[in-house]
Amino acid sequence: MTKLAYCDGIREAFEYCMDKDEKVFAIGQGLWSPWYVGRSMDNLDTRYGKDRVIDTPVSEQATTGIAVGAALLGYRPVVIHPRMDFMILATDQIVNQAAKWRHMLGGKVSPSMVIRGIVNRGGEQGAQHSQALHSWYAHIPGLRVVMPATAADARDLLIAAIQCDDPVLYIDDRWCYEHEEDVAPAADVDLASIRPVLRREGADITLAAASYSVLLAMEAADMLAADGITCDVVDIRMLNPMDPSLVRTSVRKTGRLLAIDGGWRTCGFAGELIATVSESLEPGDWRARPQRITLPDAPAPTSKPLEDAYYPKASIVAKTVKQMLG
Amino acid sequence: MTFDLGTLSDPAHYVDRIALDNQPTDALIHALRHMIRIRFAEEAVAELSLSGEAKCPCHLGIGQEAVAVGISSQLRSSDRIFGGHRSHSHYLALNGSLDKMMAEILGKETGASRGMGGSMHLYAPEVGFHGSVPIVGATIPIAAGAALAAKMDGKGDVAVGYFGDGACEEGVMHETLNMAAVMALPCLFVVENNLYSSHLDIGLRQPANSVARYAEAHRIPHRVVDGNDVVAVRKAAGELIEAARRGDGPGFLEAVTFRWRGHVGPNEDIDVGVQRAPEILAAWKKRDPVARLWQSLLADRGVDTAMLPAMELEVRAEVASAVDAARAAPFPPASALLDLVYAPNHAAQGATA
Repeated sequence: MTKLAYCDGIREAFEYCMDKDEKVFAIGQGLWSPWYVGRSMDNLDTRYGKDRVIDTPVSEQATTGIAVGAALLGYRPVVIHPRMDFMILATDQIVNQAAKWRHMLGGKVSPSMVIRGIVNRGGEQGAQHSQALHSWYAHIPGLRVVMPATAADARDLLIAAIQCDDPVLYIDDRWCYEHEEDVAPAADVDLASIRPVLRREGADITLAAASYSVLLAMEAADMLAADGITCDVVDIRMLNPMDPSLVRTSVRKTGRLLAIDGGWRTCGFAGELIATVSESLEPGDWRARPQRITLPDAPAPTSKPLEDAYYPKASIVAKTVKQMLG
Repeated sequence: MTFDLGTLSDPAHYVDRIALDNQPTDALIHALRHMIRIRFAEEAVAELSLSGEAKCPCHLGIGQEAVAVGISSQLRSSDRIFGGHRSHSHYLALNGSLDKMMAEILGKETGASRGMGGSMHLYAPEVGFHGSVPIVGATIPIAAGAALAAKMDGKGDVAVGYFGDGACEEGVMHETLNMAAVMALPCLFVVENNLYSSHLDIGLRQPANSVARYAEAHRIPHRVVDGNDVVAVRKAAGELIEAARRGDGPGFLEAVTFRWRGHVGPNEDIDVGVQRAPEILAAWKKRDPVARLWQSLLADRGVDTAMLPAMELEVRAEVASAVDAARAAPFPPASALLDLVYAPNHAAQGATA
């Protein structure tokens, strides 16, 4: 086992897949510069050449469409959007094209590609440099959406996404980049085998989240343990299609569910998670009403005190849990 | 450069025979047959729409047959071609199956896309046709991506992206032309400039009526031709495709043409918008790509006058047989609704969760 950081896990996944399959290539803005993607792609261009690690003009839609076209002809491109806010410009190619070609062409072809969208927020960057739009994209049939929370998953979910025959939106969060853990050597991963996992086991409440919100839940669980409150922490990992069975089983045990999400509240992932789990539980399974912690329904502010108030924190998670426990 | 189409957009011109040059007679007869096959197939689709048998939106390109036939005569099956909403001709000119096209339009499982796509989603990779979609301009970057794949393959294949003058108003066309030029992608961009986007004349949408100016801006070699002259299209496409195969980068071909039917459906769309009067349509029907090639073959190559009626009889029989087969074919099974969303080894995951 070796220690690996989240952002290095991303780079390891590229190296693993590009070593193994010559059809894998990366394309997007900033790939020849450390400014855009942290150290998650350092030196890939020198190692694999600028024909396989392609830095592009400022053209999100054409770049993503080029990746779709290459995927239709047998390549496995990873198109990188260093900020999800700008990925919105490529939405036609993601939603109308990549996600739909398999179904609309009768299953005869599938764009086997990864769209990597990076959540890059905080630091007073404001409304157009902060967004986490996973809930939008998880709404789309045909588009798999994965969000790693840990270093091992940062690597393994990217390998799984690249090796998957479906288009996959892989969303990494720069707030997770320095998260470290011991990992086994990289290996092939079948995305079909990816299910939610229990990151921590407890008895009093189920905390369910994905990506950075899992780290918040873990931190809150640590704080609550000091007060004798124990939590199940479920990392959802794949938002679409979502498998709610582990959360359901957990809530049958704890009777309480708190969904935590770094996106907005309305029509968001936290609400979807609560609805999906609730539909298959009985009224008697609950010891408290399910709750969610999300961003407030407002664009990200720049001013420091407003930004402090905007993002969920572990202390707020812990406080909400205590309220739910009465 | 003024980028004014001049006489090319005036239907009083280019109504006579075309210059056959040194093109072999066999190849010209082959082109004639392909154009007739496209025209009769689309006339049959119009009938199916009128009768209500075909419900999906069908965008007919009757009058524009020479463009796809001229381009396709320069392509091979390992090339990769993409179309848009009006792509029956692109598919058929590559010798795409007529049976599968008719079945697709009727939503049958034997269709080109197993009945899941309809007229706007044809697919025949075995002949080089890799897909068409109605989001205007969407396949322009996709064709460029297929060209990138061809460049990476290193076998001299090219990609072709067909689109219309309306798609030139989409930002993604400009993004793609820029990227194709800077990346030297082996891609031929073919604009069928039929002077209309849906109901609006190009004069009400753009400050100049020749869209080749966009290629000039991106330093892409371009040609502007009479799109109803199959030999002119073939020759211009040949030069641009040969350069792309050599590794010289993209090309841009503007073929000026006119559709005889409306934007969508079997009608002629007289006066549904602006500037499409009956006399304009009547004038354009005189610049008929099929009749001009036939008259040229008669005059310059002395072909038998009986050849055309015989050919028409055969093609009509082929079209009728395709329609009959499509009518008799089954619809896709109910399971196709959910089973085709994800790749087969992943299909059950969402459902069992």
